[in-house]
Amino acid sequence: MANYYTDHPELEFYLDHPLMERVVELREHFYEDKDKFDDAPVDYEDCIENYKRVLEIMGDLAANVFAPNSEDVDLEGPHLENGRMIYAAKTFENLEAIRKAGLSGVAQARRYGGLNFPNVPFSMLSEIVSAADSSFQNIWSLQSCADTLYEFGDEDQRQRYIPRICAGETMSMDLTEPDAGSDLQRVMLKATFDEKENCWRLNGVKRFITNGDSDVHLVLARSEEGTTDGRGLSMFIYDKRNGGVDVRHIEHKLGIHGSPTCELVYKNAKAELVGSTRLGLIKYVMALMNGARLGIAAQSVGLSQEAYNEALAYARERAQFGKKIIDFPAVYDILATMKAKLDAGRSLLYQTARYVDIYKGLEDLQRCGRELTAEEKQEMKKYSRLADAFTPLCKGMNSEYCNQNAYDAISVHGGSGFIMEYKCQRLYRDARIFSIYEGTTQLQVVAAIRYITNGTYLNIMKEMLEDAVSAELQPLKDRVAALVAKYEAVLASVAGESQEKQDFIARHLYEMTGDIMMSLLILRDASVRADLFARSAHVYVRLAEADFARHEAFVATVKEEDLENYRAE
Amino acid sequence: MKYKIIVLAKQVPDTRNVGKDAMTEAGTVNRAALPAIFNPDDLLALEQALQIKEQNPGTTVGVLTMGPPRAGEIIRQGLYRGADTGWLLTDRLFAGADTLATSYALATAIKKIGGADIILGGRQAIDGDTAQVGPQVAQKLGLTQVTYAEEILGIEDGKATIRRHIDGGVETVVAPLPLVITVNGSATPCRPCNAKLVMKYKRATCPAERPAEATKYDYLYEQKPYLNLTQWSVADVDGDPQQCGGAGSPTKVKAVQNIVFQAKESKTLSSKDSDVEGLIKELLNEKIIG
Repeated sequence: MANYYTDHPELEFYLDHPLMERVVELREHFYEDKDKFDDAPVDYEDCIENYKRVLEIMGDLAANVFAPNSEDVDLEGPHLENGRMIYAAKTFENLEAIRKAGLSGVAQARRYGGLNFPNVPFSMLSEIVSAADSSFQNIWSLQSCADTLYEFGDEDQRQRYIPRICAGETMSMDLTEPDAGSDLQRVMLKATFDEKENCWRLNGVKRFITNGDSDVHLVLARSEEGTTDGRGLSMFIYDKRNGGVDVRHIEHKLGIHGSPTCELVYKNAKAELVGSTRLGLIKYVMALMNGARLGIAAQSVGLSQEAYNEALAYARERAQFGKKIIDFPAVYDILATMKAKLDAGRSLLYQTARYVDIYKGLEDLQRCGRELTAEEKQEMKKYSRLADAFTPLCKGMNSEYCNQNAYDAISVHGGSGFIMEYKCQRLYRDARIFSIYEGTTQLQVVAAIRYITNGTYLNIMKEMLEDAVSAELQPLKDRVAALVAKYEAVLASVAGESQEKQDFIARHLYEMTGDIMMSLLILRDASVRADLFARSAHVYVRLAEADFARHEAFVATVKEEDLENYRAE
Repeated sequence: MKYKIIVLAKQVPDTRNVGKDAMTEAGTVNRAALPAIFNPDDLLALEQALQIKEQNPGTTVGVLTMGPPRAGEIIRQGLYRGADTGWLLTDRLFAGADTLATSYALATAIKKIGGADIILGGRQAIDGDTAQVGPQVAQKLGLTQVTYAEEILGIEDGKATIRRHIDGGVETVVAPLPLVITVNGSATPCRPCNAKLVMKYKRATCPAERPAEATKYDYLYEQKPYLNLTQWSVADVDGDPQQCGGAGSPTKVKAVQNIVFQAKESKTLSSKDSDVEGLIKELLNEKIIG
């Protein structure tokens, strides 16, 4: 029987990465649950086996429930009835399967009813769901909002809400408003304290809220009257059981039809504060966003895989000019390039997820009362910085690659790809939002650029060049080493340029960073499992060299006065 | 009300995904080439049992199976979905059983367990396709039986209301407990395995399934008794060896014939439009499609 997990052995490979032992022992607090919970692992190997078993369950559901349902979900979409959002019928079926399989609250601690998974296997689950139906991945992965509730809420709030998420209730993060999209400092939804009822009240409008009629909402609202910037914003929990929020409109979108995008009207809705006032945007939303960005990266990789699978199957089947089209260089070039971007992007995804896991694992030990040693504090600092650096690179590059793969899947299908009967048209529509929401690619560049100019990435590249690769891959590694030297020279050449020019070329520097980072990662993977990754390593390094040269040429010729030719008149 | 439910389940070769090596040259099933799965109708029976458990707190569901040691997987698959316990009948003396010897073994085990309020099984297994075992178990235990059940609508005052799938429609019957019910293929699909239960029970095994050499997790079998699945021999269930396995099976396979389609029974069509059109017309004329 088809299984999205076992059919793609590339996934399992990342569970066996050397850093995983640290990831797991931190997440498991050194296996402290083993005598308290029947489902808790007793050691590292036991835990990895648990992950694999759970991934198999999701792989089965994805292939045999979500994927067969995906076309109906896309065609039907959600409905608006009397101020309530009603999912497509098959989305309800998917949610019911998730609930019965116990795959909600996956990343939450066992004491609240969760499975206590770190980001690496969580991202794998995300990828698997997305490959089958990326609109359902939105609804499913919003359970990650519970991470923020756990990190910043008090113990009473954790105990009241997290078990509900683990039992299958859904979440949403209500941030965007008509005049506050990328610029969340403009949020106007008003929070006032109701002295009589001893609770907060929310009034106003939110727009573009994914899964906006969820059971438990995290809401960004202005609690400090008279303020106009981010420092007047706080985060609140709105519980649908209390009422006070209606859905006014559900957007008609290009893609991810199954994922309801809602406009919400808050009418004196009862809410409770998370953490402290004024930290809503500057601290809590930032944490929420970083988690969500990793989620979109996983969503992108999943869809990329499906686009590749669809293209490959079609190319093997379709014959023209007396042979299968996969035998034409023009077609196998497309397919190999798709696979290389997929494999390299996935490697970046799990590298980022490991970094996030190590820092979050240490942070949680500390939160739970363990005094960290000096080395552990150092380790936390290092990985926190790496996670911050890699998250925007991972989200931006993977979402762009996913769009390129979705485009190429249609190219391989030729005219059939433009017909609505083929799945690749849905993938193409669904992918388009990935490089927009949770921060556009342009904003990922903004988030990443300081780590480019301050040498964070460069240092990692140099560290990675220290690692030995297999003898067969040494020539490839030498070519990547040459790219790193060029990259360093480019960075030196642009230092001291005006802010405007720095901003102008930032995207190019960002993509050059991605080219090299993913080359190094895929080389390492191919060194360990040549059977799975050697082809992609060869294809990707060539692609990276060519892409790098393009950006290098662009950056080298741009002068300050050239910007005049670009600026809008 | 709490009920005690036993689900009869069989591990079968996956005959729905047959490749060219599915049969040996001698004409018997090549079990090595076919993955062993939970018999599909039995999974539907398990789902009905689990739904009764959900609606009636305190109800217990046990999975009873007979087969070689690896059939312990059937019990685990039950536990992964919410069953409470299971029993594996495994003994060379049980081997080679036809439906009579199988139902004898199952009925004897059910007596050993102490009976049940409801005994559920699939209508039939996809390897033998006889649909005889459930009814024979009922007969041997002297219990009422309801076959072709599609849904157990409710249980009240010691009676179960059951919708049956029959020729040309459905009928709803009321039958007194204790009761044997066999579930039809049209019943609700079984729920997926549950993540926490899989993690809890993944090492649950019968003694016969465990490797001879020690593993680093052996200590868990003492620490967590639920990881030890019950395994019974003929003697353990006080069975009569003469009524078990090959010895207790009057059914003898005289010969197995391969069906080879003759040229006059088959047609070869090309992918040309005219051939496809011809086939469609023929199927329409014969009312196979329409």
